[in-house]
Amino acid sequence: MRYARPETATEAVGLLANEAGVTRVLAGGTDVLVQLRAGSVTPDLIVDIKRIAGLRAITPEAGGFRIGAAVSGAELGEHAALCALWPGVVEGCNLIGSTQVQGRATMAGNLCNGSPAADAVPGLVAAEATARIEGPTGPRECAVADIPTGPGKTAVQRDEIVTSIFLPARPARSGDAYLRFIPRTEMDIAVASAAVNLTLATDGTIAAARVVLGAVAPTVVLVTEAATALIGNRPDAATLATLQAACSAACNPIDDKRGTAEFRTQVAGVLAKRATLIAYARAGGSL
Amino acid sequence: MKTVPVSTTINGDAAEFICAPDETLLDVLRNRMGLTGAKEGCGTGDCGACSVTLDGRLVCSCLVLGVEAEGAEIATIEGLATGDGLHPLQQAFIDHAALQCGICTPGILVAAKALLDKNPDPSETELRYWLAGNLCRCTGYDKIIRAVQAAARQMRSA
Ligand SMILES: Cc1cc2nc3c(=O)[nH]c(=O)nc-3n(C[C@H](O)[C@H](O)[C@H](O)COP(=O)(O)OP(=O)(O)OC[C@H]3O[C@@H](n4cnc5c(N)ncnc54)[C@H](O)[C@@H]3O)c2cc1C
Ligand code: FES
Ligand code: FES
Repeated sequence: MRYARPETATEAVGLLANEAGVTRVLAGGTDVLVQLRAGSVTPDLIVDIKRIAGLRAITPEAGGFRIGAAVSGAELGEHAALCALWPGVVEGCNLIGSTQVQGRATMAGNLCNGSPAADAVPGLVAAEATARIEGPTGPRECAVADIPTGPGKTAVQRDEIVTSIFLPARPARSGDAYLRFIPRTEMDIAVASAAVNLTLATDGTIAAARVVLGAVAPTVVLVTEAATALIGNRPDAATLATLQAACSAACNPIDDKRGTAEFRTQVAGVLAKRATLIAYARAGGSL
Repeated sequence: MKTVPVSTTINGDAAEFICAPDETLLDVLRNRMGLTGAKEGCGTGDCGACSVTLDGRLVCSCLVLGVEAEGAEIATIEGLATGDGLHPLQQAFIDHAALQCGICTPGILVAAKALLDKNPDPSETELRYWLAGNLCRCTGYDKIIRAVQAAARQMRSA
């Protein structure tokens, strides 16, 4: 195995493109090092992206924020303006692992690892975040929603790297939230999760909504029927019941040691309901 | 596998080592630098026994490659005491019997120090969440929490 520490994205892409063997991009390494140790991957080349200029920066852009692919979860959580704008996205990222894992783990790594239970991804999809991807022909933009394609699989090609993730500006009266269920209070993988992003009209009804579920299908699921149930309404009991049913109907989970398919289907709907209420309150709504 | 020379700073002193590209920082510290305070409990980021700080951030050294230490500042448990004087956290762990076998202790001390550097007066909830990535099979955690609280009090009044 060889280790490279390029200083530009172009150089990183060149290294990946010119390597015939197995390659791994290294960001925080909290998935990569576990895979190395387990022997589940034996890379010929590791490309560490943390020294690429700009990749560790959080930069205001067009009323939103561009987040470099090497920014850690801890750094996201310490950025007050980012937490104020996208609290639900940051809370998803900050649920990843322990303090130690937060010191290293990136949201781009969480996305590129391709786990259906990745905690950063539902919030990013709910936020309509986009990823900037550098490849052999230059940069391209891709909706985060289009990146996961199946367990362990993504639309990021082997000679590409994500360089940043962009979280857009948001209208007044907006709020987002993320909740997951795990069998303990810390340090476990989501059994089911839900992210909700809302914008309210001046009268307190919901004007725009995105509802996204994690860990209940091969990729995150954007549940448009759940958003439709919310729009034009307040999150009253009847509206939430319709939302919950729409969420459960969108689930296509596996059975495993953490939870049965039936349990995941039920819990995803409950989490979506609770996340809606938190997002609604954060948007300034009151019932 | 071709080895790589690495220049770094460990506990304030310049340090150089040569390691294989797939060697973890934990293995480098223990096997090449003779710093055996950081322990390997799991090797997969779950137990925190290998905790060190890297450029001021608490990390699991089992999830860092040795080559990533190039140009970085690393702090390990070996740098906590000053000469023969124990750090207040170390003294509090003895006074409160916050260890039994001791395998988890270096990692917990490094993690607790990182918290108190950032927040000298954490609530019990903050403290428990901060240390959630440090597993202990012996103490039941309560004495650890009490010891860190006592050390924090002492450090605030010092
Ligand atoms: C103890 C422990 C607890 C954990 N708990 C959770 C949890 O609660 N929730 C959760 O979702 N995850 C959890 N994880 C998994 C992991 O921490 C996250 O997926 C993390 O976000 C990965 O980020 P990273 O920067 O460490 O990625 P890395 O390990 O560096 O990379 C992950 C994958 O993405 C690729 N990659 C990384 N960055 C890029 C890029 N910029 N462009 C292209 N490809 C890239 C890598 O090649 C690799 O395949 C846990 C891991 C550990 C060890
Ligand atoms: S040995 Fe590193 S976390 Fe357990
Ligand atoms: S004292 Fe034995 S593991 Fe903590």
